[in-house]
This record gives sequence, structure tokens and C-alpha cells, in this order.
Amino acid sequence: MTAIHIDNVKKRYGSLQALGGISLKIGAGEFFGLLGPNGAGKTTLISIIAGLARADEGSVAIQGHDVVTDYRSARQCLGVVPQELVFDPFFTVRETLRMQSGYFGIRNNDAWIDEVMHHLDLTAKADSNMRSLSGGMKRRVLVAQALVHKPPVIMLDEPTAGVDVELRQTLWNFIGRLNREGHTVVLTTHYLEEAQALCSRIAMLKSGQVVALDSTAALIGRISGSQLVVKLSGGKLPSSLHALVSHPDELLAGEKYTLRVNHHDEVEGILATIRGSGVTLEDLQLHQADLEDVFMQVMGGDK
Amino acid sequence: MTGFQTLFRKELLRFWKVATQTLTAPIVTAMLYLLIFGHVLEEHVQVFPGVSYTAFLVPGLVMMSVLQNSFANSSSSLIQSKITGNLVFVLLAPLSHWEMFGAYVLAAMVRGLAVGAGVFFITVWFAKLSFVAPLWILLFALMGAAILGTMGLLAGIWAEKFDQLAAFQNFLIVPATFLAGVFYSVHSLPPFWLAVSHANPFFYMIDGFRYGFFGHSDVPPATSLLIVSVFFAVLAGIAVRLLKGGYKLRH
Repeated sequence: MTAIHIDNVKKRYGSLQALGGISLKIGAGEFFGLLGPNGAGKTTLISIIAGLARADEGSVAIQGHDVVTDYRSARQCLGVVPQELVFDPFFTVRETLRMQSGYFGIRNNDAWIDEVMHHLDLTAKADSNMRSLSGGMKRRVLVAQALVHKPPVIMLDEPTAGVDVELRQTLWNFIGRLNREGHTVVLTTHYLEEAQALCSRIAMLKSGQVVALDSTAALIGRISGSQLVVKLSGGKLPSSLHALVSHPDELLAGEKYTLRVNHHDEVEGILATIRGSGVTLEDLQLHQADLEDVFMQVMGGDK
Repeated sequence: MTGFQTLFRKELLRFWKVATQTLTAPIVTAMLYLLIFGHVLEEHVQVFPGVSYTAFLVPGLVMMSVLQNSFANSSSSLIQSKITGNLVFVLLAPLSHWEMFGAYVLAAMVRGLAVGAGVFFITVWFAKLSFVAPLWILLFALMGAAILGTMGLLAGIWAEKFDQLAAFQNFLIVPATFLAGVFYSVHSLPPFWLAVSHANPFFYMIDGFRYGFFGHSDVPPATSLLIVSVFFAVLAGIAVRLLKGGYKLRH
């Protein structure tokens, strides 16, 4: 079953082509990451899925419900945590959550509201006015608001931007649990290690286009092997190792070199070669390829 | 229905929580109008035979309060939600355009009518009023509140900044209200301005409303009601269409 079906969505703001024909299928139960630099179109895409913006062309369906023609069912299936820290200053946390339940047609939702507040460590603030909450607490309320109607699909637009470690862990524990219980989760974030740890599949957006779409493991697998960073003194890198250097500039600078290593057992040979050439090894680091390397490679593609 | 009821209740709570500003203040302002204009003009002006100027003024002030506060409620609620961004919670919810229209306009009507009732119950002690046709009073009060609630909704949808909303209010709503005959009968105007007044839909709301009290009006009340109803239907049609299409709300 497809949780979100995005079909050739295009969106233009004046002269800016924000989205240039995006097609994606996000399966039910996936933990899906939407990555890309600022201005890549992530928030525009999320807005179109959520019905906050209208696509110029193409269509989006949530659990089979078109977000424009069948918006009531589509929105009932979707919980969105917006990127901006917005709140209604007239109300307390509990009033805010009761109201959000009401908008979704749910009365007497206190049992679930209490549970959500408990999992997000909000219980102590239940009767505080929204105005009096810290930024982190407001962020928790935003997450709770997205969950009042137990939506099968949850979208979080940079939920951990400027958020402390404690909330991050609270949030990911809770969202992870919801995902294991069958909720589909779509996440945008600039913290790539977070995406790597959480998302099973990732799409990378650049200038309104999908430039990479694969499972997280397969994406990382694109960058073969690891990198060995060595710092030398008393001479240059032996010429037999030049072919392994990833950045040619380093050969000119001659001190610190980043070498490609396909298997760990190659490291010993490299070190022996360096030692044999009479150069002193000052420092070395073995760096595992991660999502950030893939991201840099994909985004830097046409520099 | 629960979605509509929730939004309606939220809109009521929004002004109720700041009632000093949204209810008490406009009532006090209207009282000042009555005291000052009543005091200055009581001896000099008689609009309808046998009706003192203060008595003439009361329905006008009540209606003016209904109109301005209905407008203020929906317009300020919407612009505030737009600018602070919390309108997103309404936009993400499965509320239909009819539910949004109904909730915003009805809440605006409640505030307008509450202020109007407040002004009425205080000012009524200062003048000897008659109540020739109470049903007309109620009908025109309801229509006036609905029209201005809808205009507030339209202004709130259209405006992107507070000053644009202020322009709408100061250059359209306030002049249209003041020039509709709140403080005078339009028959005292020169022919040109009399004709202009007849092109102002607000004139019919106040004229019909005043008829309910004195049994005197510039235009037959049934004609006024027809004009006012058509005006409302047109505005409501535009507002529902804009909400449906997401004009300036869903980008």
C-alpha cells in the first residue's frame, strides 16, 4: 500500500521553479527521509502534500485520497509538524490539543492527549499558556498537535532544528515507536546522521528535482569503502600511493592526504609503504563512509 | 460538524479572553458618542418629528457598534493567525470552506451583537425610545452583523499586513458606516450626497434598523432588507469561493 503518492508535481513561484516535476511513492510503514540543501524544495513539497500549497501540475494522494479533490479524507490521514515554531497565544497546552482534536472531528480525546503529552514530557505543562513555554516545549506541542488524530502518516519538517539533545531523544523514541506500530513517517532534516540512523529510505532533492532515491544502506554503499587520512612530516607521500589520493590538491600541499581504502586490510600495506619511504607518520584517522559523504557527492555533482 | 463547532468556539473564546478590549471598550466609546453628540445637538436637531436627537442617535450608535465589531472580529482574527502563522492548524485540518466561513462569520456576529446589545442596554436609559417593529430591529441587526463579519473575513483573507487591514477599515468600513446616516438622516443632505448615500449598502442596514424603533425611514424597510440580503449573498458567495480556492491562504 502506498502511503503518499506524488505524481509529477510542479510548482513555480514567480520566476523560481520550486519543484520541477517530482514523482515519489512512499510506502505504508516506511521511515522516509527527504534531504536537500536550503531552497531545494523540501518544504514546498511538504506544503503541497499537506494542502497548504497547491501544485501547478501533477497530483498527490495520501493513502489513496487526492489532497485536492478528496482533501477531507487526505488530511484526516496526515499529521504535519510544521517547520516554523507557531502557536496560538490565547490558549493553554491542553486547550490547544483539545481544539486540534476538535478540528479533526474528535470529541473527548483526553485519554490520547494525556498519553501523547506523557510521551513528549509535556504533562507538567498541560495547563500552562502557550506563550509561557520555552522554544523546545513549543516544539513538543507542535508534535503533539500533529498526532491528536492518530494519523497513519506523519510528516515532520525539520523537527529538531535548534532543539536540545534531550528533546531529540524523547522525540525520536516516540516517533520510532509510532513507526514500529505501523505509522508512516516522513522526515526532513539537515542533520544527516539523524537521517542515517532513522530513515530506511531517502530521497535527495536539489533545485526542485529528485537527484537520488534509494534505501539508506544502498546510498551509503555508493561510496565504496572508507577513507584513510594521514598526516606526514619529513617528506612527501610515496608516489606509489598517489593513485589512492581522493583530492589532487593535497598532492600539491603535501602534508595531509586523504586516501581511498576499499578494505580494511589494505591499511597495513599503505602504512608499511609510508614507513618504508622514510617519512614520519604524524597522525592517522580511518573514516567510514556515511550519508554526509553521499550527500556531498550528490549535491556537488555538477559544480 | 465537530470541526465547525470547534472553530466557532475557538473564535468565541478568542475575543472572550480579551473582553475588556473586544466588548467593554467599544461599549464605552459608543456611550461617549451619545453623551457628547447628544449634549451638543439635543437642542438644535430634530430629525423625525417628535423624536429627540438623543433617541434618534441610539439605534444608529447600536448599529454602528454591531457593524464595526463584527468586522473587527473576523478581520483581526484572520490577520493575526496569518501573521503569527497559527492559521496553519486550521488549514491542516479537514475543515471545509463552508465550515470555515460559518465559524468565522458566526463568531463575528456574536461579538457584534454582544457589543450592540451592550450599547443598547446602557444608552437606552438616556433616551425615550419606542419599539414600533422589534422584528425588523432584530433582522437588520443580524444582517448587518453577517455582512460585516463577511467583509472582515474578506479583508482578513486579502490583507497580508496589519496596515493593509487598517487601510481597509479606515478608508472603507469607517467612512461607509459614518456616511450611512448614523448621526443624521440622509434627507438632510444636498441632492448629490443623498444619491451617493443611496449607493452605500450600509445606509440600508441603518435605515431599516432605525425603522424598527421609530416606524420612520428614508426607504421602505422591505426594500432595504432586499438590498441588504442581496449584498450579503454576493459577499458570502465571494468569501466561500475564495476560501474554497485557497486564495492567499494556500499558496
